[in-house]
Amino acid sequence: MQLNDEERAMLAGALGEPRRWAIAHQVAVGEFFDAADMVPVAQAHIMADTESLGEAGVAFLERLAAAPGAERRVRVPTLTDPRGLDVAVYKRLGQSAAMAALEARAIAALKAFGVLMTDTCINYQTILPPVRGEHLAMGDTGVVIYTNSVFGARSNFEGGPSALAAGLTGRTPRYGFHLDACRRATRRFRLGASPRDLSEWGALGGIVGRACGSYWEVPLIEGIAAPPGSDALKHFGAALASYGSVALFHMPGVTAEPAAMADAAGDAVAIGRAEIDAFVAGYAAPGEAVDVVVFAAPQLSLIEMQEVADAIGGRQVHPRTTLLVATSPEIKHAADRMGLTARIEASGAVVAAGMCFYNSYAGEMAEANGWRRLVTNSAKLVNIIGGYGYRPSLASLERCVEAAVAGRMR
Amino acid sequence: MTPTVLRCHPGVGPAVEGIALVAQDNFSARYDLDRKQGVFSRPSHALAGQSYAGRILVLNDAKGGVATAWMLHEMKARGIVPLALVFNRVNPILAQGAAFGNVTMVDRFDGDVTALIRTGDRLRIDPAAGTVEILDREGQGA
Repeated sequence: MQLNDEERAMLAGALGEPRRWAIAHQVAVGEFFDAADMVPVAQAHIMADTESLGEAGVAFLERLAAAPGAERRVRVPTLTDPRGLDVAVYKRLGQSAAMAALEARAIAALKAFGVLMTDTCINYQTILPPVRGEHLAMGDTGVVIYTNSVFGARSNFEGGPSALAAGLTGRTPRYGFHLDACRRATRRFRLGASPRDLSEWGALGGIVGRACGSYWEVPLIEGIAAPPGSDALKHFGAALASYGSVALFHMPGVTAEPAAMADAAGDAVAIGRAEIDAFVAGYAAPGEAVDVVVFAAPQLSLIEMQEVADAIGGRQVHPRTTLLVATSPEIKHAADRMGLTARIEASGAVVAAGMCFYNSYAGEMAEANGWRRLVTNSAKLVNIIGGYGYRPSLASLERCVEAAVAGRMR
Repeated sequence: MTPTVLRCHPGVGPAVEGIALVAQDNFSARYDLDRKQGVFSRPSHALAGQSYAGRILVLNDAKGGVATAWMLHEMKARGIVPLALVFNRVNPILAQGAAFGNVTMVDRFDGDVTALIRTGDRLRIDPAAGTVEILDREGQGA
């Protein structure tokens, strides 16, 4: 890789151990992907929940954070993805004091780097939206795909260590979606039916994601009747990234960049009502008792918080069922202020801030609470949570709330 | 048998020798593994129920999710980790995770590596050189 004088100084350790570790890691990743050089980034976004970090990851952060202040401060605004728990509600969810203690250590270390503890995967809706052409180091697949597609900014999937490295060096290796060549559409899909709600936008993302199945595929989706709206694109992108590891999609007329087609793109694959219904039916469990209903993955926007409150409509959650709503700290404050949190919690539901679900010790929560049957309107969550021992179903927001109130799927 | 040498893109991590566990399926540490027990836990995974500890995993591609970037490091610290990862094509998360955790990983072969290598094959991986040698195949002697 071509490094400039400053990057070589970092690599030699002249700017301290944190930046030496960071640039060395970036060179290793950059060379793996044949990056020619580094590109400056405007923001970094770190996924650093303690379930993934473990003791080893937290100890790593602490060692790096022990460097002198001038050596450990991030160089560009650096945000955090959702944490493993919310200290205000973790006991109600069966999470342990040991988990909370590990989280506190990770938070202290991240703050020592000057990281902004936004704890959110909807930063593009709530913190600072990306700008077309901007290079970023985003650390959540749902954030990356929204950033690349809807805004036309440029980011790869940057895992926690790499996003921290980008914050510390202010740059990232120039490979993948930083390059024009990677951003051409490689697969075409034609939509013949309109998704009816957020869960079906997620289902559509799941269908396209299963068909693509690789980070290096870029789907182009034609036939979108009207601009879907931010929450619909959020669920679509999160599911597409989860099922397919996909980081960029094009929707002509909706997304930011004119979609150049790669030569090999081929004929469009048709997706209609039958395909969407079959996807949802693949997770159906009619009549079964429901242990937990989850609104998360991605965290809820303020509009979704209002929709949940309205759907509950003053009713009570069934005693054997838990209803969990996860949003960002910013949206939680807004929902508190506007009375939405109180309306949701009056049902017995739990509103959590700054966490999600699958990255929040989902396996331990299942064990502690006896949870197995889960219902959600998030296709992304349905895809992930099977590995943690859950049996998930996908349903609209309204049907999820009905399941929470009835304690079973109808 | 005479070792068969498969060429790939230069990878990350140390050179290692071990036994292959192969499937035509994809991979995410978060989606697919019970990391405490060291087994594939996702019911729909081709390797469901099988132990990955100390094995060379030979799979197709990386799945969505960024957690694997931290998790390989965490798994290695506890000693319940694949010996190496051999893939047709990985995404940045797996590459970043292997680089951070110093876990051996290579990808980009001529041909489908999940067909070229069989479960039980004894392999030597040299990431710096970009080679995977099949040293021994069950039933064909050394």
